[in-house]
Amino acid sequence: MLKRSIAACVAAASFALTPATQAAEVEVLHWWTSGGEAKSVAYLKKRLEGQGVAWKDFAVAGGGGENAMTVLKSRAVSGNPPTAAQIKGPSIQEWGELGFLASVDDVAKANKWDALLPTVVSDVMKHDGKYVAAPVNVHRVNWLWANPEVFRKAGATIPTTWADFMVQAKKVKDAGYIALAHGGQAWQDATVFEAVVLGVGGPEYYQKAFVELDMDALNSKTTEDVFRVFGELRQFIDTNSPGRDWNVATSMVINGEAAMQIMGDWAKGEFAVAGKRAGTDYVCVASPGTSNAFTFNVDSFAFFKQSDTGAQKAQKAMAQEILGSDFQKVFNLNKGSIPARLGMARDEFDTCAHDSMNAFVASSQTGGLVPSFAHGMAVSEAVSGAIYDVATNYFNSSTSAADGKAQLVAAVQAAM
Amino acid sequence: MRKYASQQPSLADRLEVWLPKLILAPTTLAMIVCMYGFILWTGALSLTKSRMLPQWEFVGLVQYDKLFANPRWDVALSNLVVFGVLFILISLLIGLLLAIFLDQKIRVEGAIRTIYLYPMAVSFVVTGTAWKWILNPGLGIEKLVRDLGFTDFEFRWLVDQEMAIYTIVIAAVWQSSGFVMAMFLAGLRGVDENLIKAAQIDGAKPWQTYWHVILPILRPVFFGAVVILSHIAIKSFDLVQALTGGGPGYASDLPANFMYTFAFNRAQMGIGAASAMIMLFGVLAILVPYLYSELRGSQRD
Repeated sequence: MLKRSIAACVAAASFALTPATQAAEVEVLHWWTSGGEAKSVAYLKKRLEGQGVAWKDFAVAGGGGENAMTVLKSRAVSGNPPTAAQIKGPSIQEWGELGFLASVDDVAKANKWDALLPTVVSDVMKHDGKYVAAPVNVHRVNWLWANPEVFRKAGATIPTTWADFMVQAKKVKDAGYIALAHGGQAWQDATVFEAVVLGVGGPEYYQKAFVELDMDALNSKTTEDVFRVFGELRQFIDTNSPGRDWNVATSMVINGEAAMQIMGDWAKGEFAVAGKRAGTDYVCVASPGTSNAFTFNVDSFAFFKQSDTGAQKAQKAMAQEILGSDFQKVFNLNKGSIPARLGMARDEFDTCAHDSMNAFVASSQTGGLVPSFAHGMAVSEAVSGAIYDVATNYFNSSTSAADGKAQLVAAVQAAM
Repeated sequence: MRKYASQQPSLADRLEVWLPKLILAPTTLAMIVCMYGFILWTGALSLTKSRMLPQWEFVGLVQYDKLFANPRWDVALSNLVVFGVLFILISLLIGLLLAIFLDQKIRVEGAIRTIYLYPMAVSFVVTGTAWKWILNPGLGIEKLVRDLGFTDFEFRWLVDQEMAIYTIVIAAVWQSSGFVMAMFLAGLRGVDENLIKAAQIDGAKPWQTYWHVILPILRPVFFGAVVILSHIAIKSFDLVQALTGGGPGYASDLPANFMYTFAFNRAQMGIGAASAMIMLFGVLAILVPYLYSELRGSQRD
C-alpha cells in the first residue's frame, strides 16, 4: 500500500517535472510587466492564441531585465531553455556563440525580412548569417523632452546645439527652474553621456569610438571635448538627483519644475499618462546636435533551440507574428516606440513617433543610424559596463575632461 | 560499560549508535555541497575565462589581475576598510555604553531595552530605504532644518561622493548597536556580584570598577561581537543597494555589490568569482585566528 502510494507520488512528480509537450506552446521569458508594456505582451499572446498556439507566460519582473537574465542563464545551463526570451543587441551574438539559439531563417525568407528591416537592425538579429531573433520595436534614445511653458517664462528657446544648450540652460536656471531633470543612476548618466557623444562628436566618431572601439578615435581630442561638455552639465541638474528614477525626473518636466530631460522615447508614456499632448504641452526634439542622427535601442525576442517538434512549429509561428504589421502597430502604439518594420501605415502614431520614423529612415541612409551603447545595443555587457562606470563616476565628481578621457580609454581596454 | 553487553548488540544499541549519524547526515551533506562544494566551484570559476556562463577554459590568475586593475574594485575595497572599521568601533562603543547605562538598575529597563533592540527586527532593506529618505537633502534632515529657519544649513552626505560611505556607516550602526548592547548586557549580568563588591570595598570608583574589573571579564563578549559585526560588514550588500545603490557614481560600492554587478549584470563571471574569493579570504583572515584562539582555549581548560 505504502509502496504503491510512493510510486504514485514519484510518477506524479516526474510528470510535473517533464516539460509539457503540448502540440503547440510557446514559453516566453520577458520582463514587460508594467503598464503599456504588459498590454503589448498581452496582445501578442492573444494573436498567437488565435492561431492555436498556447502562450506560457514566463515573466520575471525588474525593469532592466537583470533578474530575467539570471533566471534565463540557469534555465539554459540546466538544458531547459524557454522557447523565446527577450534578449537584445550583442547579447544575441553571445548566446549564439554558446550554441543555444535556433534559426528561424525559413520564416524570415518566406516573409522577406531582409527587405523589411534596415540592415543595421537585421545584422543584430542574425547569428552566422541566419536569423535567430525577431525585433519588436525601435526606440530612439537621443530625445530631448522639453516643457515649452518653462522656456517661455524663462525667456529661453529650446536648444539645438550643445553650445546653445549651455546658454539657454543658464537662462532657465537663473529664472529659478531646474534646467535639466535627471536621475543620478548609472544608466541615466550613460544615456546623457551618449547624447553628448553623438551631439559633440557626430555619428562617424560615435561609430568608430563607441561601436568599433577604435582606440585612436577614443584617444582623440574629440573625446576630451565630449567630457568637457558632459562635465558642464553638472551645474544644470539639482542636488537631489542621485538615485532618482527616470520617470520621477520626467514628472519634473511635466509639472513645470524642470525645463528639459534627455531620455529615450519611453518617456512619452509618462507624458501620455499625465494627459499631456505632444507639440502643445510638451515638445520632443532630437537631443542637441543630433537631428540627423538616431541612436537605436531595439527590443527583440531570441529563439532557443527546442527538441520538441510542436514547440519548434509554435516558435516559427511566433516569429512570423512578431514581424506582422498588425502586431508591430499595436505593440508600438502601446509602448511609445516605432515599428522595427519599415513602410507601415503611420496615421495612428503621434507627431513624436512620426519624427522618429522619418529620422529612422533618413539616418539609415546617411549612416547616422547608430546603436545605443547606453542600452546594450553597441558593445558587450563588459564594455558597456566599463563605459557606465567611467561616465557615472565622472559625472558625479569633479574629474577633469583629460582625466575622464584617460579613464575611459583604460577602462574600455581592460574590458575588451 | 559496554564490555558487559552481549556479543550481538541489540537493535536498540545499534540504533543508538546510528540514529544521531543518520539524523545529522542530510544537514552535513547539504553543508558539504552547498557551502564547501560551491566555494570550490567559485574558486575554480575564478581561474577560468568565464563571461556570461561558466566556461571551463583555465587561464590562471588573469581574472585576479583584471580585478585589481579595476578602479571600481579599489573603491569597493577601501570603502570596506572605512565602513568595517567605523561600523565595528562605533557599534561596539555605543552598544557597550548603552549596556552599562541599562545595567544601572533603572526603572523601565525592559521597555528601553526593547526600543534599542528594535532596529534589529527590521531588515537592512527597510533600514536603507528609511535612511535614504531621512538623509535626502530635499526630503529629510536638510529640508527639516531649513524649514525651521536655518536656510544655510547643509547636510548632503548622501549625494556627496566623498561622504556617501559614511551614510552607510550611520544606518548600519543604527541597526546593529542595539544588538551589541544586548550581547554586552547579557555579559554584564553574568559578572559575579562579589567581584564588584570587593572592588567597591577596596575603594574603586565606579569607572575604575568597570575599566579594571568588569571589562576584562567581558573579553569573550568583545570577541564574539567583533566576529559577528565583521562578517556583517563584509557581506553587506542589501543596505548599500537600498540606501545609495552604490552611488553617487560608484562611490559607495562595497565588495559584495561589486561581485553582484560583475557576475550577474555585466556577464563577467570570472571577475565576479575572483572578487568573491577575495571576500572569502577576508572573512577567513578574521575567522581563523578567532577559531584558533577559541579552540586552543578549550583545550587548555
